[in-house]
Amino acid sequence: MAGPSWITPLADGLYLPGCDVWIDPAHAVGRALVTHGHADHARGGHGELFATRETAAIMALRYGAPATVHEVALREPIALGDGVTATFFPAGHVLGSAQILLERGGERIVVTGDYKRRHDPTCLPFEPVACDILITEATFGLPVFVHPPIEDELARLLDARARHPDRCVLVGAYALGKAQRLIAELRRGGYDRPVFLHGALTRMCELYAAFGVDLGMLENVEGKSKADLAGQIILCPPSALKDRWSRRMPDPITAMASGWMRVRQRAVQRNVELPLVISDHADWKELTGTITELAPAEIWVTHGREDALVHWCRTRQLRARALDLVGYEDEDD
Amino acid sequence: MKAFSALLTSLIYTRSRNDKIDLLARYLHDTPDPDRGWALAALTGGLDFPAVKSAAIRKMVEERVDPVLFALSRDYVGDTAETASLLWPGASAPEPAPSLSEAVAALGAMTRASVGQDLAALLDRLDENGRFALLKMATGGMRIGISARLAKLAFAQAFGVDIGEVEEMWHVLTPPYAALFDWAARNEAKPDTNALPVYRPFMLAVPLEGRMLTLADFAVEWKWDGIRVQIVHAAGETRLYSRGGDDITHGFPEITGDFHYPAVLDGELLVRGSHQGGAEGGAASFNALQQRLGRKTVPARMLEDYPAFVRLYDVLVDGDEDMRPLPWAARRLRLEQVVERLPADRFDLSALIEAEDFDGFALLRDSARDAAIEGLMLKRRDSPYVGGRRTGLWYKWKRDPLTADCVLMYAQRGSGKRSSFYSDYTFGCWTAPPEEGGEIVPVGKAYSGFTDEELRWLDSFVRKNTVGRFGSVREVAKTLVLEVAFDSIHASKRHKSGLAMRFPRIARIRRDKPASEATQLSEMLALVI
Repeated sequence: MAGPSWITPLADGLYLPGCDVWIDPAHAVGRALVTHGHADHARGGHGELFATRETAAIMALRYGAPATVHEVALREPIALGDGVTATFFPAGHVLGSAQILLERGGERIVVTGDYKRRHDPTCLPFEPVACDILITEATFGLPVFVHPPIEDELARLLDARARHPDRCVLVGAYALGKAQRLIAELRRGGYDRPVFLHGALTRMCELYAAFGVDLGMLENVEGKSKADLAGQIILCPPSALKDRWSRRMPDPITAMASGWMRVRQRAVQRNVELPLVISDHADWKELTGTITELAPAEIWVTHGREDALVHWCRTRQLRARALDLVGYEDEDD
Repeated sequence: MKAFSALLTSLIYTRSRNDKIDLLARYLHDTPDPDRGWALAALTGGLDFPAVKSAAIRKMVEERVDPVLFALSRDYVGDTAETASLLWPGASAPEPAPSLSEAVAALGAMTRASVGQDLAALLDRLDENGRFALLKMATGGMRIGISARLAKLAFAQAFGVDIGEVEEMWHVLTPPYAALFDWAARNEAKPDTNALPVYRPFMLAVPLEGRMLTLADFAVEWKWDGIRVQIVHAAGETRLYSRGGDDITHGFPEITGDFHYPAVLDGELLVRGSHQGGAEGGAASFNALQQRLGRKTVPARMLEDYPAFVRLYDVLVDGDEDMRPLPWAARRLRLEQVVERLPADRFDLSALIEAEDFDGFALLRDSARDAAIEGLMLKRRDSPYVGGRRTGLWYKWKRDPLTADCVLMYAQRGSGKRSSFYSDYTFGCWTAPPEEGGEIVPVGKAYSGFTDEELRWLDSFVRKNTVGRFGSVREVAKTLVLEVAFDSIHASKRHKSGLAMRFPRIARIRRDKPASEATQLSEMLALVI
């Protein structure tokens, strides 16, 4: 199952040799198409960058502007040379996230990047794109990973807050995407108190607001007393949960918003008292459902629990292979 | 079942020991009989459902879920019960959930023939947390950080009773401990345990740090490397208990069958044998004893090849007399009399050793080449026998560990708190210098000693340096040197090198050291006892 000659999966990313273009490469390259702004897909230092306007802004915030940026409009094909065109479609993962349709000589390949099929008030929903080869992620590619409705998880968060008015709930949430979705979903559910932020989250929240995502009133925890923070919801990057920083909080209930929280020991390993199973990735049902819906002739699995998804495909007579790409592993998501 | 599964979920996510005790105490206080008794038994490993084993659960799940997907999930989650509870398809219109007592009765009634159907029917009535609780309870081994000791503390707290009394009664009563709850919660008469072969809490030692003790106040013995046991004879019955209070009577018939003296004795269970350097009738290494552990029945061949005996440390009860309040010196004199009346091939006395000062003891400790010696014990001559670990009375002074620089060869995912991390490491040494064509052969396996941060680093090293996969085992590029600490090393068929380490653990990750400079097998052989 070699696949067409015009695309080559290399350890550092997907490569189009005919036009010398990489997709989500793990090192700085001359020309790169980037699906979304998470650090494992978006590296700094590319010569030419093709990305959605939002992704380009996120990368500029993180790495400074690359030499040349091509802000890509959704659903509009771009000619890359060697007869290859690329078209970006929404992936529903985080603000600006895209799948990339690659076409050459009538062959259609879709690179999903990271995606999900659930509603997310902070980004455009995933659009199914017909293709011959689907190159899919598999972060949660095991049948044990079924993400519950986000409303159930937020109800547990609000319940913990209400039951402990003199404590605070400290939620570890990935700085790009998870934190903003959590806030937006709280707002959608009618939570109108200020949400407090660790300093590392403010710039990304401001960027979201600048793109029109309403996050309501946000406050930095800096300079707040324990009394100010009692009974409040505070968001921080997962790494700050066990940091000295968290000792300034009033007896925090340690929560973490991540798809990994579905496995009890993963929560215990991180000393999480209130695991919230909230993920921006497709769960097992979404991964398999998407493959069934698109019915591609071939499935390539880029990263995650690829063994299980490849096995599932094969039991359904679908041609599937695992690509051993390095560097895509998102422990906090 | 709902209250119990909620309790279990809370206990899993609660870090502080005191908070765990509070949670459990509140549950025991508020829950009606007999549910709370069953819960207590479930949490402390007091339930056994012979028909419900991991294999039966696997089979039942594999009838509903693709076996390959189940195996991959199990490998990732690190726990069969949790994997099954997450994957269970569930019923479309479930019947109401059973109570805990109902569930226990149903599990107890299952047979090997009926378990597939009956357990499935029970699971269909529960949500994910309930399924997890049920399967954990059914298979034992909760692994949620609740020791029997903690459960007893919670019980004592819930009803304001004395922990010592709870501990003594615990082992003679059977779930759901009706008499225990009647006494503690309803002020009824205390169950009479005096004439019964009950377990008494062991007295434990603290590690010796520094040399500030007045040596004259202390008696010194070898610290034997077997397992601590308590042998009890009362009311015509003999029981052998391990340190944790497990009843291991049936695993050692040669000890318990010959013991008819009404007493409670404390000692070290060891194996005598020519296999592991015990040819002169001395104690063999822990390796030999391991052959005998964890067995419910003992083949005759085992009794012959690995005969067990008890090296006695102390006497807690002699006839009707509770010796525990007496000073160690008085108990020792009594013990010397008691041992005279016991079969000499099954019981001997742990000898006292003498030296002028700490340096003298240190020399003795470090030059003791006996495979069954771990170090020294220092016991205050005036110490009473008190359960638990008390500072100032008994000290253990272990030999410094041996170390070797080994090369990481294979890794496997762990379970429990290390679930989903590659945390079980097989490592090896060179058969000859690499430039002379030597190869690396496995010498041991370790899954402890590293910090959480080091574990994450090792896990990512394994992922990035995998060169082969055999089922759940990953072979890695032989480039990483691990400094391994171990207590001793013995000849063994377990590894290709012909060696096995006692209690190996990862002491340090030696990123600075090239694999070619790792230890040679010949250097390891020189350490064999």
